[in-house]
Amino acid sequence: MIVLNGESAPFREGETLEAVLASLGLTAASPGVAIAVDREVVPRAEWETFTLAEGARVEVLTAMQGG
Amino acid sequence: MTDFTSAAALSDAPNGKGAAGTPVEDALRIAGRTFSSRLLLGTGGFPSLELLAEAIARSGSELVTVALRRIDPAARGSLVDVLFAAGVELLPNTAGCFTARDAVLTAKLAREAFHTDLVKLEVIGDEDTLLPDAAELLRAAEELVDDGFIVLPYTTDDPILARRLVDVGCAAVMPLGSPIGSGMGIRNPYNIALIREAVQVPVVLDAGIGTASDAALAMELGCDAVMAASAIARAQDPVRMASAMRHAVEAGRMAHGAGRIPRRRYATASTPNEGLPDFST
Repeated sequence: MIVLNGESAPFREGETLEAVLASLGLTAASPGVAIAVDREVVPRAEWETFTLAEGARVEVLTAMQGG
Repeated sequence: MTDFTSAAALSDAPNGKGAAGTPVEDALRIAGRTFSSRLLLGTGGFPSLELLAEAIARSGSELVTVALRRIDPAARGSLVDVLFAAGVELLPNTAGCFTARDAVLTAKLAREAFHTDLVKLEVIGDEDTLLPDAAELLRAAEELVDDGFIVLPYTTDDPILARRLVDVGCAAVMPLGSPIGSGMGIRNPYNIALIREAVQVPVVLDAGIGTASDAALAMELGCDAVMAASAIARAQDPVRMASAMRHAVEAGRMAHGAGRIPRRRYATASTPNEGLPDFST
């Protein structure tokens, strides 16, 4: 299990961020998206190969309206 | 203190992008970027993306803030698409961050998401006032400047803090007129004028703008630009208010350059006394 945007999500250790993105309807080419894993920025170029550890805290963020 | 020229003050020709023909030579420059509009627009609070798009167009704004939040797979419409279509430059903010650590991480994620080094740095002290936490703000600003960011900090109306922020390399300062979303206008115009004198970078009046006259006052005080969010987004007619703010910023800028008359306690006749007939007999 990992923690995806604050909620438990059934991803196994070794799965890639690409799989996480796919579960959200996104790809590594989706514009305006950023990912942090355990408080570290994961650059877009690494999304397809970055593998998850058990319990990883993943934040998938995008643009929202805000002042 | 300002690059506003007398030629620019007198020009009324529609040769620029501004509603009243803002002269190109009066462009706002932030860290090498040039903007013909001196109105920055916040995207928060608009009831729909359609209204936001229309307000951006009517405001003439070329620099528009955006926040970074957890993605909602069910969200309808893409804010990024709307902003790209509008052709504006994005100014990501770090709204909601209470520590330098969170603000720095948020800025780095925004750079990754939006491919920009610009960041409107917000480090908030508490939920009730949303006032900046000066110590955390300065720490975050220094770290982000060192990491190559173009930092525009949302700050208090304290000229000393503004100077400290510029000392660590901020490209502009964004002092508040009054608390975010309060619509209370500029509570301490003297401090805003002091900030304009204290630093050599653009001063963008941020937060507290309630209506067009507040924006005009900011510009008359010498601010280089005004940022409006709630004042436009939460107005009864956001699109009309966007247009009003555009004109207010341009009018205030022109008035500042034109040089206002001094305030006096007694009247000064505007009609000459020479040739006044004598009706006393």
